[in-house]
Amino acid sequence: MRDGRRILPGFGLTMGFTLFYLSLVALIPLTAVFFKTSTMTWERFVAAVTDPRAVASYELTFGASLVAALANLVFGFMVAWVLVRYTFPGKKLIDALVDLPFALPTAVAGVTLTTIYSKNGWLGAPLEALGVHAAYSRLGIVLALTFVGLPFVVRTVQPVIEGLDPAMEEAAASLGAGRAATFRRVILPVALPSAVTGFTLAFARAVGEYGSVVFISGNMPLRTEIVPLLIVTKLEQFDYAGATAIALVMLVASFAMLFVINALQGRIKR
Amino acid sequence: MKDPAPLRWLLIALALAFLGLFVGLPVVTVFVEAFRNGPGAYFDAIKEPDTLSAIKLTLLTAGIAVPLNVVFGVAAAWLISKYRFPGKSALLTLIDLPFSVSPVIAGLVFVLLLGARGVFGPWLEAHDLHVIFAAPGIVLATVFITFPFVTREVLPIMQELGSDEEEQALTLGARGWQILLRVTLPKVRWGILYGVILCNARAMGEFGAVSVVSGHVRGETNTIPLQVEILYNEYNLSGAFAVASLLTILALVTLVAKKLIELRIRTHRP
Repeated sequence: MRDGRRILPGFGLTMGFTLFYLSLVALIPLTAVFFKTSTMTWERFVAAVTDPRAVASYELTFGASLVAALANLVFGFMVAWVLVRYTFPGKKLIDALVDLPFALPTAVAGVTLTTIYSKNGWLGAPLEALGVHAAYSRLGIVLALTFVGLPFVVRTVQPVIEGLDPAMEEAAASLGAGRAATFRRVILPVALPSAVTGFTLAFARAVGEYGSVVFISGNMPLRTEIVPLLIVTKLEQFDYAGATAIALVMLVASFAMLFVINALQGRIKR
Repeated sequence: MKDPAPLRWLLIALALAFLGLFVGLPVVTVFVEAFRNGPGAYFDAIKEPDTLSAIKLTLLTAGIAVPLNVVFGVAAAWLISKYRFPGKSALLTLIDLPFSVSPVIAGLVFVLLLGARGVFGPWLEAHDLHVIFAAPGIVLATVFITFPFVTREVLPIMQELGSDEEEQALTLGARGWQILLRVTLPKVRWGILYGVILCNARAMGEFGAVSVVSGHVRGETNTIPLQVEILYNEYNLSGAFAVASLLTILALVTLVAKKLIELRIRTHRP
């Protein structure tokens, strides 16, 4: 590494293998999307991508993902704060449970949330009595997306709060700042960049999510049909071109988000 | 700097309510629903031949995908941590790709490439090779979804520990393979295990990507998550939750193992 020299052996081998594997598993398959799209005429592509059903699904997917990521931003920050700063019985167990949405398969999350929030479910029944339809509605989609994105903000913010110097807060307090002002002026500026990273990660995850949503959403075109489901539906109808055109839109959105996430993380490291 | 007690209790209560609602309640629901018709029905649902074949396919898939991704993960982590080369950050972004690409699109790309109407479809058909709607497609989609996990866990450890010991081994006359097997792998073994556990959890639980390439042939191309979906859609709720409970147990075991390894990595670091 020093002076950029390659002292250790294996550069050619690991570089060759890494690129070979990535090409085989990811790059070549992904270019199939661009290849397939290039066989469509421009008019056909635009028609597939701007079809009212597709546009409704973009709005729903990005809108619901945004609401879910915002919920996770607020509650994730709170959970991280509580886990770092306070002591209470069962804290270690609860800290471990935060990662459950990473470990629990999305299909299991989907059927479980649907059962809880359906008309006869433990929470669905009381909500129904209040006139709120949780399952088979947009609310259900937001609930599922909140579940899958839950760990991100907690896990990005937690280490930052752990690393906060208590002396700074004490200094702020001794200078007459109240708790709210200390939070806003001392804690938030330090923790915000990682909170935003967590928010972006949760949002990106939610946009692509399929398994947990298909069960609870009800899958009504124009109303509760998310983009990944629309892609699957088109595939099942053998409309490969239509599915691919919409997938291309999603891929471009994913690349943009990946770029934003990397830029954010690069900024935090510096 | 302590927060006033009422604020502390309010934040703890809110955080616990949020986690209870989104994490605790779903776990409890899975087991309550799974045992709704008693333990006999539970074990009958799991002993059902279609379920057993789904378990077998899931084990086979993870058994192929995880070792492949371990080899890739170690090679890529070695490459990125030991050498300087142009395009390193682009390579890292590429490795993170599956985290932001929708699982549905991960499945779609393999259908476009290897499906009956895909780029290589006619050639595969001519040679009587079945990839899409068969086990190989499921393995491929799973490899795609899970390839970043091992790299992501091993890389930071390799970077933190540096290359001094490897260089010393080199000056003492060790060959590349000897350095890898005797010096590097023992140092990063807990990181590898950590990556394996996360990779395995995702491989066994993947739903969206696998659902697109599987074709849903009962007893043949169904993995455990797909079997949950089928039973659920047939209104066999207790059966679906019995099978889902297997995946929930896997998720809980994953969380415990993850926590244990985290403790281990922390105490073994200087």
